[in-house]
Order: sequence, then C-alpha cells, then structure tokens
Amino acid sequence: MDAKKGDWVQIHSIILKPEERASHLPEDTKRVPLEMWEKGFILHDANVGDEVEIETVIGRRAKGILVKVNPVYEHNFGEPVPELLNIGMELRKILEGEGHE
Amino acid sequence: MNRDMSYEAVMARKNEIMKMAVGIDYNEFEMGGLAFDYEKMMREVGYSIEDITRIQSETSVGNTPLIELKNITELVRAVSPSGKGARIFVKDEAANPSGSFKDRRASVSAYRAKTQGYKGIISATSGNYGAAVASQAAMRGLKCIVVQEVFDSMERGQPEILEKGRKCEAFGAEVVQLTVGPELFYEFLCLLEETRFFNASLYTPFGIAGIETLGYELAHQVRERTGKDPDAVVITHAGGGNVTGTARGLLKAGCKNTKIIGASVDLTGLRMASDNDFNRKSFTTGHTGFGVPFATWPDRSDVPRNAARPLRYLDRYVLVTQGEVFYMTEALSQLEGMERGPAGNTSLAAAFAIAREMNRDQILVVQETEYTGAGKLPSAQLTFAKEMGIKVYRSDPSENKPGERIVIPEHPSQIKVKDVDLMQLKRSYIKNCLENSHLEKLSAQDIGFLAEETRLDEETVERIIDNLGVI
Repeated sequence: MDAKKGDWVQIHSIILKPEERASHLPEDTKRVPLEMWEKGFILHDANVGDEVEIETVIGRRAKGILVKVNPVYEHNFGEPVPELLNIGMELRKILEGEGHE
Repeated sequence: MNRDMSYEAVMARKNEIMKMAVGIDYNEFEMGGLAFDYEKMMREVGYSIEDITRIQSETSVGNTPLIELKNITELVRAVSPSGKGARIFVKDEAANPSGSFKDRRASVSAYRAKTQGYKGIISATSGNYGAAVASQAAMRGLKCIVVQEVFDSMERGQPEILEKGRKCEAFGAEVVQLTVGPELFYEFLCLLEETRFFNASLYTPFGIAGIETLGYELAHQVRERTGKDPDAVVITHAGGGNVTGTARGLLKAGCKNTKIIGASVDLTGLRMASDNDFNRKSFTTGHTGFGVPFATWPDRSDVPRNAARPLRYLDRYVLVTQGEVFYMTEALSQLEGMERGPAGNTSLAAAFAIAREMNRDQILVVQETEYTGAGKLPSAQLTFAKEMGIKVYRSDPSENKPGERIVIPEHPSQIKVKDVDLMQLKRSYIKNCLENSHLEKLSAQDIGFLAEETRLDEETVERIIDNLGVI
C-alpha cells in the first residue's frame, strides 16, 4: 500500500468535463477539463490511482483519486538570472558617478 | 440533501447562496433603473474608520511604517532634468501579519464572520488575499478554505500562486487548487453551500472599508514627516479595491488635492481565461487583465454590487511593463535594502517614472509593498518564464511583448509609464451599464449616478450616451 490510514496525501478530481464547461471560454480552455487537487489525511489504506476519501485540515471530507503521498512544495527561488545580476552594481555606479548634485 | 449539483443548477442558485454567505441584502441600495446608492451601502453595511481601526488593531493589522526611499529618490534625480525628482515614500504594507495590505481587507470580513456566528470563511483568490484571510481566520478562531486557480492543463503551477497556497496552509487553511477557468466560481459556490461559511469576497463594503485605513494612515504619516499632504499617491490597480479604499481613506483624512494614480502591469494581448496564456505571464495580479475589465464593469464581481469603483477616484491610470517592475524590484532590494514584491512593486516602477516629471519639493507615495520569497522573487518568476519559452533580455522596455518577451531595462532612464485614456474607460463603463441594464430610457437619477460613477458632469454623460447610440 502506498498510503496508510492517516497519511497526508493529495487527491485529484475532474469537476467539469470539456463538454460540461462554460460556453464563453477561449477554445484552448474549452478543450480541457476543469481539474481540482485537494490535500488531507487519508481515511483508509490505499494505492496511488485508487479512489479514496480524505479529511482536510478543517475537518471536511472529500473524495478523489489518490495522486501523491506526502506531497512536496516544489516551488523555489529560481536560478540566478544573468539579466538581473548586474543591476545593483550599475545603479550604485550611477549614484556614485558625477553629472548630478 | 439531494440538491442538483450540476453546473447550471448551482449557478442558478448564485444569488441565494451569496445572500446567505455575505449577509447583505443588496436590494436595499437599489434605486430603480441602473442607479444604486453607493454611499448608503458603504455607510450602512461598512464600518466607520474608527471602528475599522479598532477591529484591525485587535489582530495587529495596519500602522505600517512609511519609509522614505532616499537612494531611489537620489537615482530619480540623477536621471532627471535639474529641479525635477519628487521625494518617494513607500508604505511598507509587508509589515502586516501575513505580509501584504490584503490583511486590511481580510480583517473586516473575518471580524464580520465571527460576530455574525459563521463557523468559517472562504475566499476565491490566487493572490495574497488568500494568505490574509487564512491569517485573520487563524487569529479569530475561524475555519478557512481558499480556492485558487493555479495549474494549467499540463499541471504546471504558477510559482507565485503555489507559494501563496503554501502560505495559506501554513496558517491552517484548506487550499483547493484548480486548473484555469472562470468556473472556479462554480466550485466556490458548491463549497459555500456545503460549509455555510462566510464569503470573504474582495468586493463587499467590508473588503473596501478595510483599506480606507491605509490611505488615512498614509496621509497622517506624510503630514507628520513633511508638514504637508502627499502630492500624489501611486496605487497598484487590479480589481479596483486598492484604488477605491486608499482614495476614500485619503479623502477622509482631508487630502483633497492629492492625485490618485493607478498603475498596472501591461499584459495586453494575453487572455485571462486561456489555458495556454495562463503561464505565459509573470505577474498574477496588479495587471491589465483585471485592471481594465474591473474598471469598466465593476459589477462583474461575485457580489451584486461591487464596493470597489475605481473610476470614481482615479485621476490618472498608467501602465508599466513586467521587465520594468522586475528591474525596480531589484533596485529596491539593492539600493534600499528592502526585499519586497513582486506585484506590489508595480506602483514603485510607475512612481519612478512619474517622480521624474515632478518637482523636487513634491511628495510621491507608493502605497504598498508585499512579502516575497520562493516562487515570488524575480529569479523564480524569470526562471519559470524562460522554461515557458518567454525570451528574457536587456534592452529598451518598449520592446516588451506580453507572453513573448520580457525586456529588462538597461538604464533607469528607460523606465516610462504609458497613460491609459481614462475617458475611454469611462465611455466603456457607461456602455456596459446601458447594455447590462436593458433600459430603453434613462431617468435623471440614472444620469446623475453615471456622472458620479465617472466623475464627469451630466452634460458630458448625456453626450456620451447619445454618441454610443445604444438607447
């Protein structure tokens, strides 16, 4: 079993299929479903891909397909950006330079 | 309960659900025709500025420092003609508990929810507002759900929105994450109906009155520091609440001559509901995708009458590019030792250009900052933009093209603002009013209302209506 009862997990569900979506959407959005992800503590042992039930941090119950066990925050500080690296030095040079009081 | 939960059925119950979830009967303010009594709504549903100050002090919101940006002012003067270069101050709203001015909006909704006996509070937002609602809910002992639009159909999350979601979870909120699309509102309604929580809408009188203290504090701080009123205040503009609340606060403090300048990031050409365009932008708020539609049709919001009505207050509306805001974010960090942003620095980038037009003895205030960090930093956003195939390079920012090119200026003198024709926005607003009301004839009351909404005289409003030819 990928997840044991009580594990912190993420579930996925389809809220609206493409044909159920609102009429006034751009074409690219209308072609894809409206999807949802929720996190909570799983109420029973299960494998990734199973339909499961969770209890969220506020005590609400939700159902969906188990996609991740112990989901990780993956956003970060990014890479050094060459286009930004010199800005500080350039601005200090302007402040130190002549041509103004 | 065997309610019909289909999209159509839930959307049809919208008004009933909203009435339960915000506790306001908007019909009380309708005046027939297309007019409604805006000031009556703000007076009777909102709270006085003294009440708001008390409510906010209970949860340590507000009273943020006003910081003079001496080095940035010096930089403005270094690239301006002699005698030009206003003093720039910034209101450090990042000092609020959850890191942005949005705490001011959330504080009043959370207070209202608590005093009205709601068990929890929900917000549909991908912005800092989610964290603000979650933080205020934590302090008031309310449960909290935040519904976010965060992924495209490839499950790529916008880094800044992922960070805002993390922050909500840090405060004990449940975060519901969705893919792109306005039907987020459907899920939001389902959750409101299921939980019977309070809707912490950004656009109720509570949300707007909460910002009035920002303008009010700012006015008093500037007077204390400089002995006069601010000449202009630059406000990052998206849904209109920031402009409306700040301007109302300034007016309540007696700043009759302070110019109200809205500033947005120019994302012209990118479609907001588009799955493809969603991750081709590096700003998730403070941009034209909200700024223009909400100015020209405020009542598109989740409540029947939006309390954010920016055209009533704006003296000027300017645009800056994504690259210019990233550049100024870097300048704020490197020259002033303040790591803030990103969207909050939209007004800073605009202020830099506007200060160059103003005299040295004038005072220009940037009215917000926001917290930054993983996902939100320029390095995080630009790394993601490059992964999405956006070109990032240094040159003249006039080469900027939203969704294709982010141009980082080579020199501060290249930072410019582009003025939006406010008259054109006012015409659009009037046109939208006429088309949505389906009226065949307008009363004198309607004309008076449109004049107030647009800050035009009645004759001008009548001339615009004649030229539109809608009725």
